[in-house]
Amino acid sequence: MIEIDGVSKAYGDNLAVNDVSLTIQPHTICAVVGTSGSGKTTLMRMINRLVEPTSGQIRIDSEDVTAVPAHELRRRIGYAIQGNGLFPHKNVGQNIATVPRLLGWNEKRISARVDELLELFQLDPHMFRDRMPHELSGGQQQRVGVARALAAKPNILLMDEPFGALDPVIRTRAQDDLLAIQQRFGTTIVLVTHDMEEAIHLGDRIAVMDEGKLVQFAPPAEIIGNPASDFVAELLGPSDRAFRLLSLSRLADHVESGEATGEPLPSTASLRDAYSELLWSGRTAAPVVTAAGDVIGRIRLESLTRLAMAPK
Amino acid sequence: MTDVTNLRDRPAWLTLDKLGVLIALIAVAGLALPFALLKANRIVPGEARGILDGLPGGPGFLFLALLIACILAALLRVPNLVKLGASATALLALFLLIGVAASNLMPPENNYARVSPSSGFWLLVFANSLMLADVLTRLRLGPWIRIGILLGVCVVVTLLLWSGSWNDLSILQEYATRSRAFWQEARTHILLTFGSVAAAILVGIPMGVLCYRRKALRAAVLNVLNIVQTIPSIALFGLLIAPMAWIAATIPGASAIGISGIGTAPALVALFAYSLLPVVSNTVVGLLGVSAAAVDAARGMGMTRRQRMLGVELPLAFPVILTGIRIVLVQNIGLATIAALIGGGGFGVFVFQGIGQTAMDLVLLGAVPTVALAFAAAVVLDAVVEMIS
Amino acid sequence: MTIGNLIRLLVLAVLIALLMRPDLFAGFFALFAKPGQPVIYNQGNLLAITISHLLIVAIAVLGSTMVAVGLGILVTRPAGAEFLPLSRAIANIGQTFPPVAVLALAVPVLGFGTGPTLVALFLYGLLPVFENTLTGFTNLPPRVMEAARGAGMTGRQRLLQVELPLALPVILAGIRISTVIALATATIGSTVAARTLGEVIIAGLLTGNTAFVLQGGLIVGALAVLIYDALSGLERLLMARQGRGVAR
Repeated sequence: MIEIDGVSKAYGDNLAVNDVSLTIQPHTICAVVGTSGSGKTTLMRMINRLVEPTSGQIRIDSEDVTAVPAHELRRRIGYAIQGNGLFPHKNVGQNIATVPRLLGWNEKRISARVDELLELFQLDPHMFRDRMPHELSGGQQQRVGVARALAAKPNILLMDEPFGALDPVIRTRAQDDLLAIQQRFGTTIVLVTHDMEEAIHLGDRIAVMDEGKLVQFAPPAEIIGNPASDFVAELLGPSDRAFRLLSLSRLADHVESGEATGEPLPSTASLRDAYSELLWSGRTAAPVVTAAGDVIGRIRLESLTRLAMAPK
Repeated sequence: MTDVTNLRDRPAWLTLDKLGVLIALIAVAGLALPFALLKANRIVPGEARGILDGLPGGPGFLFLALLIACILAALLRVPNLVKLGASATALLALFLLIGVAASNLMPPENNYARVSPSSGFWLLVFANSLMLADVLTRLRLGPWIRIGILLGVCVVVTLLLWSGSWNDLSILQEYATRSRAFWQEARTHILLTFGSVAAAILVGIPMGVLCYRRKALRAAVLNVLNIVQTIPSIALFGLLIAPMAWIAATIPGASAIGISGIGTAPALVALFAYSLLPVVSNTVVGLLGVSAAAVDAARGMGMTRRQRMLGVELPLAFPVILTGIRIVLVQNIGLATIAALIGGGGFGVFVFQGIGQTAMDLVLLGAVPTVALAFAAAVVLDAVVEMIS
Repeated sequence: MTIGNLIRLLVLAVLIALLMRPDLFAGFFALFAKPGQPVIYNQGNLLAITISHLLIVAIAVLGSTMVAVGLGILVTRPAGAEFLPLSRAIANIGQTFPPVAVLALAVPVLGFGTGPTLVALFLYGLLPVFENTLTGFTNLPPRVMEAARGAGMTGRQRLLQVELPLALPVILAGIRISTVIALATATIGSTVAARTLGEVIIAGLLTGNTAFVLQGGLIVGALAVLIYDALSGLERLLMARQGRGVAR
């Protein structure tokens, strides 16, 4: 659990972060969203003390972060940044081994951990371990960057625009990989992004920052349904919010009994994808199937339209 | 706890300046070491003389007080303008009073004695120059102001020379006995430097344009020029003796226009060869840096290749080319000194004569103008580069 | 083997042969000596002089590298930040001083011999290394530095494991410039009685013996070019390893 308690950061007369309090539950993803200069990155960097707060306190599992030296704290917290920041003079294996080596793990354990992570990120250890960062594609560099952040099995992972430099196709895949890894290890993730779509897709809760202040901290459905201010609504993009709401739920949770014809939809698809498919194929309903191919019911255009309405 | 409070309550100027501590240490060492040296003749070791020996009574104490005030100004975080004023005043006083001290120390009716500035004087100059340089760097002065300051310094030095207040300093006594030769060698030095740089500009820029257009040529030319630039100057001067002598002996009329194995001609050729690399490579780099959009626009407006080069590409690349010219000018002012070894003349004549006679004042007579010239050239060209880019 | 390597090897072989058995080249140098003049330098062993020359350069460059890199590290740490602007200015202004002038001015303070040459080479050699160390340490990729801090490296670990290796090619370029200047200035050092190859050239100039001049000039020239070339190669290797282009 990360507790941010009345934290402010001043640069001269300018308050980059202004009295922010929020609590991030363990094993969840908290997406921090805002425009540039909103203080979102500063807020995150105060968690691992890359920035020291001017006032207020940050506690991890009830312990003040200032209780240990900053560099020891940082070794316990994973940190992945935009453009990956890989060490250009070290190969992939050495990059991933950075924190374990700082922590004094033995070589055998380090090498096993490096291979384990490479496999987890679908990079063949024999092919990639000895490569230099500049020999990798952008997507591969990004995966190595996240692998490096996870190397010492941190409970907390901080990510600063980790997918910012990727093209849309690779980005979607990287986001799904991150969700899978988070579910597998239960890591608490704080992710800074300027992209509301990404925040909605990844975040269990979203913290919206504006001019150093926390404007709203809520689950995605509530952010979409009840934006706390015009700023939040604008960030959501008023023309997209119905679809954003639909994208939050999966078909499996809204299957109705009854028959339908045509190409079936998988129950894992989001309501948004189902809506789009029905509109595109000109149908009013479609059958829903499980991964095994068994038909479990149908979904109607009419129900989807109702689900897309603003919650009362 | 009280200590901490006291620190906080102190005014900002009353805290120590880290750099100032270093400067103050140098200045204190300068005060402790001899200010001037009195020598019975120009080649024997001298006897040390302090500030108060050279400036007895009131003026000496006033001068000491000024130097100590400067040390305090360096130590504390006083405003930059105070530091500027203090260091400039101290430098002016140092250069003025070393001449006065020399006159006072000089035994009457003695033509052989020499008085020269000593380690203490030089350390004091160094400490105050550091302080001045630090302030000037921090003030981020514009190019015109920098040239103005340089001109001001030139005027002050000229006045000091003209007033005769330095006449009893050993370096000027060396000058007095060979003033004619001095100006002769100065002309040669300037001719060698500017002649070689001018030739390098005339040849180097077209060569750079050619290398920019022909990629295959580029690597070959730059590699050859790189090798030339790497060969130590005296070796290059020496290696040119044989071919130059051959030209003088075989080509009719060559020796009549002054070409020979030894002398100014091989020196000019060597300096020219050294200047080519920076000019050519900076021309290439400058042209490569011209934005493709600008060239494309020029093409779109129907300019010919020649018009594009002269009207768009070269003007846009000019700041980079000028930086190359700055490098070679400063470099050649220094290298021209070595021409003296092959009979090419220049300030090097005094340097090497002085070394040969172990007459250090004569070495200074050659070295000081060279350093001053190189420094002035760097300041002026840096300022010009900044103005046009 | 590429043509470049072939030429390098050839130059090196000729140089070694000239140093070990100068008499083999007597026929060639005789073309340049006047009748009755000695053809091969006869006031000392060419190999011994070359070794002395290289030793002076190596000691001076090693010394200036250690001091300049140390100072460069100091002024780029937070505690030394106040010294940074002046350090830059000194590195810049200092290099307008002709190396010969530094050598000439060292004599009044230190006297004649190898000592003043060594000190002059050391002092002048500080500047290019210092300037490049500053450039290297102030132009580190910010994201990489951020990642190093975020991984929990201490200041010392960042310096040794990240900053120094990343700045190394730039520092090496400074060492290369220093070495070339030192080789040239050491040659002139023979005018103040340092034992360097300059004495061969100057002996030739004083007696009008072009063969001596040529011998000295060729040996110094070949040494300079070979050393410059080797150091550039090392830089390219380091840069390529980091996936960066070659800096000229």
